[in-house]
Amino acid sequence: MNMPAKPDRDLVRPSREIIKIERRLFLKQSLSLGALTLLSGCDITDADSVKKVLWGMSRWNDRVQAFLFNPNKLAPTFPESAITKPFPFNAYYSEAEVPHVDAASYKLKLGGRIKDRTPWTLEQLYALPQTSQITRHVCVEGWSAIGKWGGVMFKNFLERVGADLSAKYVGFVCADNYYTSIDMPTALHPQTLLTFKFADEILPAKYGFPMKLRIPTKLGFKNPKHIMAIFVTNTYPGGYWEDMGYNWFSGS
Amino acid sequence: MANQASAAAPGRKTVIHPLVVRITHWINVIAIAIMILSGWRIYDASPLFNFEFPPVITLGGWLAGALQWHFAAMWLLVLNGLFYVCYGFISGHFKSSFLPLTLQSIWRELKSALQGRISHELGVYNAVQRAAYIGVICMGVVLVLSGLSIWKPVQFQELAGVMGGYEGARIVHFVAMALVVFFIVVHLTLVVLVPKTFWPMVSGHAEVHRKDKPK
Repeated sequence: MNMPAKPDRDLVRPSREIIKIERRLFLKQSLSLGALTLLSGCDITDADSVKKVLWGMSRWNDRVQAFLFNPNKLAPTFPESAITKPFPFNAYYSEAEVPHVDAASYKLKLGGRIKDRTPWTLEQLYALPQTSQITRHVCVEGWSAIGKWGGVMFKNFLERVGADLSAKYVGFVCADNYYTSIDMPTALHPQTLLTFKFADEILPAKYGFPMKLRIPTKLGFKNPKHIMAIFVTNTYPGGYWEDMGYNWFSGS
Repeated sequence: MANQASAAAPGRKTVIHPLVVRITHWINVIAIAIMILSGWRIYDASPLFNFEFPPVITLGGWLAGALQWHFAAMWLLVLNGLFYVCYGFISGHFKSSFLPLTLQSIWRELKSALQGRISHELGVYNAVQRAAYIGVICMGVVLVLSGLSIWKPVQFQELAGVMGGYEGARIVHFVAMALVVFFIVVHLTLVVLVPKTFWPMVSGHAEVHRKDKPK
């Protein structure tokens, strides 16, 4: 299989320059009083070396988490009565700025190491065999909420389109300029669902219409909403928050 | 070690803190400081209770930065802690420094300490100190276990279950942190009140005077 690994995600991706500036700002801020107190007396006063060590440790923690990840370990599930109501809205923007994707013209694009890259309409996606789960969404901020999502097992979808399941990453490009990526073992986990429903209703815009990848074995920000394109690649695709310093694997 | 100290002749310089204890102590100071200060920043992202830590006394600058510090320093804390605990059991350091310990002795010492009568013999811990050190080591273990439950509520769900699930583990983690901070405050206050206890934790040596009230 010799397929192009580079998808057309650059169109919606924040520019590298912006990300660099954001990283710099973060570093300046990160040297707060506490850090200075700790570092005085050490040779490591250079913010760049501190940054290198911290980012390096985050990459190391990616590897540790990939090792700890058990593909057969299921996230705990809950009864309907445990569902958090109202389920919190969460994004890097306010609820008023939620993107509205047109259902009729929507087509899910596929890219990278996938055999059949024909775009999918919502009608075709809805016709796939669906399942549902009630699981805990854990936010990187610390809070958690229990919700019910319904959709197709992502593993089945990837198999159906002929994705290279030996590739390293699956990346997502979203209608809200968000992007993220996950490891293949997590993509193939039985509870990783490409969901079209929330609480048995078509996913409302605020929860990610037309679809959200629900991954109960990862933190909330690794669950992309408003997915427009999915690509399979061996090149590390990063992510919106990940490129700013949040841990990439972020497994639960 | 404690029994060496008690056996020492009056005024003789003797090792009261073995090298391993001193090294692991100071590595722990760095690790705990990073964990607590970055932990406060992480707490602020979604406060469990009706208060926040002032950002100026936190580490990391923002949530991602704090998480990077927290998940880097956790290795230092855990590896150093494991080494110290193994050493403590194998070398007999725990046994000789923290035992014997009875509830009656803790109560007796606590009462006399609160009345301003504290027994000081460098290298020998009184019952309250012994209880406090055992307690803070246990809190360290609780912090690591509850931390693992928060980090991996799916992979370590059995452990998280013991903590009362993901949300329970957050509370356990916070309470254990608060107890460790309480310990640190008391610990540092006592070092300020009895400054001669400070230098031995660096050099290991202290001049042991028999005039100190014997146990």
